[in-house]
Amino acid sequence: MIKKIYFQSIFFSFLFSLEAFATESGGMPQLNPEFWISQIFWLTLTFGILYIILSKLILPKISKNLESRKSQILENIEAAEKQRENSEEKLKEYEEIVLKNKLEAKNIFNQAREKALKDINAKKEVLDKQIDDEIIKAEQEIKVLQNGAAEKINKIAIETSSELIQKLIGTEVNNSSISAIVDDLSKRNGDKYYGN
Amino acid sequence: MASNPMTQFNVHRIGPEIKIGTFDISFTNASLFMIISSLAILLIFNLGSKKNSLIPNKIQLLAELSYTFVSKMISDTAGSKAKPYFAFIFSLFMFVLFCNMFGMIPYTFTVTSHIIVTFILASFIFIGVTVIGFIKHGFGYLKLFVPSGVPAVLLPLIVVIEIISYLSRPISLSVRLFANMMAGHTMMKVFGGFVISLGIVGGWLPLSFSVALTGLEILVAFLQAYVFAILTCIYLNDALNLHH
Repeated sequence: MIKKIYFQSIFFSFLFSLEAFATESGGMPQLNPEFWISQIFWLTLTFGILYIILSKLILPKISKNLESRKSQILENIEAAEKQRENSEEKLKEYEEIVLKNKLEAKNIFNQAREKALKDINAKKEVLDKQIDDEIIKAEQEIKVLQNGAAEKINKIAIETSSELIQKLIGTEVNNSSISAIVDDLSKRNGDKYYGN
Repeated sequence: MASNPMTQFNVHRIGPEIKIGTFDISFTNASLFMIISSLAILLIFNLGSKKNSLIPNKIQLLAELSYTFVSKMISDTAGSKAKPYFAFIFSLFMFVLFCNMFGMIPYTFTVTSHIIVTFILASFIFIGVTVIGFIKHGFGYLKLFVPSGVPAVLLPLIVVIEIISYLSRPISLSVRLFANMMAGHTMMKVFGGFVISLGIVGGWLPLSFSVALTGLEILVAFLQAYVFAILTCIYLNDALNLHH
C-alpha cells in the first residue's frame, strides 16, 4: 500500500515536473552545464581537503584512541583477574584458619568439659560421702530418739492413766499393774502408733 | 513559480564571478553546502578525537562508532588488504552522508542531487579502482571479465556482458545516488505544495504524508551513503582480491 502510494507520488511528481518544464524552459537544473565546472572544482577542492585532514590528522587520532582504550581495558581485565585470584587465595587461607581454629576450639572445649566432669565427679563423691555420713548419724539419732520416745510415752501414759483412774474411782492404783497393761498395749499396737 | 519542485535544485552564484581561463569556477550554493558538510564532518570528528577518555563522551562515542562502523564495513566486504583505502572510503561515506543529511533541512541545497557531483565521485572511484587493479595484478586484472566455470561457447557473450557491466559501474553508482536524492526531494516539495494548495481543510493528509516522507528520506539519505560506500568497497574488493 505504502509502496503503491510512493510510486504514485513519484509519478505525480514527474507529472508536476513535466508541467514545470513546460512552463519554465529550464528543465532539470542538474542537466544545465552552466555550473558543472564550478561544481567539479569545488567538489575536488573540498573533498580533497576533507580527505587530507581526515586521513592525516583525525583518523589516526581516533584509531590511536581506540587502540589505547582496547589495551587499557585488556590491562584492566588482566589486573582484575589477578586480583580475583589473589582474593581467592586469601579466601582459602582464611577458610583454613577458620577450620583450624574451630578444631582448636573444639579441643579446648572438650578438654574443659572433661576437666569439669572430673571435678564434678570428685566433688560429688566427697559430698555423697558427707551426705551418707550425715544420714547415718541422723538415723542413729532418730533411732535413739525413737527408743527414748516409746519409753517416755509409756511413762506419760502410765502417769496419766493412774491419775485418771485415781480421779475416777478415788483410790490409788498400783503403778506397776498399770505399767504392765501399758507395756502390753504398746507392744501390741506399737506398730500402729510409732510407725515402725 | 515558487512551488515548482525543481527550483530547489537550481545552482546560483554567490558573490562575484570567478573565472580561470574560460572556466567558470564561481562560488555557488553547491560549493557552500560542500564546504558546510566538510566543516561539519571535520568539527564533529575533531571534537570526537580531541580527548581520549576511557569512557567516551557523546561526541567521542559518535566519532568512534562511525570509525568502527566504516572499518567493519570495509573489512567485511574487501578484507584486510583494503586497509590503506580506509581513510578514502571513510571520507567518501561521511561526505555523501553529510551532504544528504544537510539536504534534509528545509531551504538547503542537496549537493548529491546533482548528477555531475555524483558522477565525478563515481568516476574517480572507477578510475582509481581500475588503476589499483592493474597495479596489483598487471594484465591479469583482465581475468575479471572471464568468469571461471563458464562453457567456452558462452564465453564471448559473457565477456562482453562483463565488460559492459564493468564500464557501467560509474554510471549506475552515480545515477543511483543522484536519482534517489532528486526523487525524494522533489516528492517532498510536491507534497509541501499540496499542503499549501489544499489549505487548512484538506492539507492535513499531504502534511502527514510529508512528515512520514521526511522520515523515509532521512533513511534514504543514510542508506544511499551506505550503498555508495559499500559498492566502492565491493569494487575495491574486485581489484584487490581477484576472485573470478
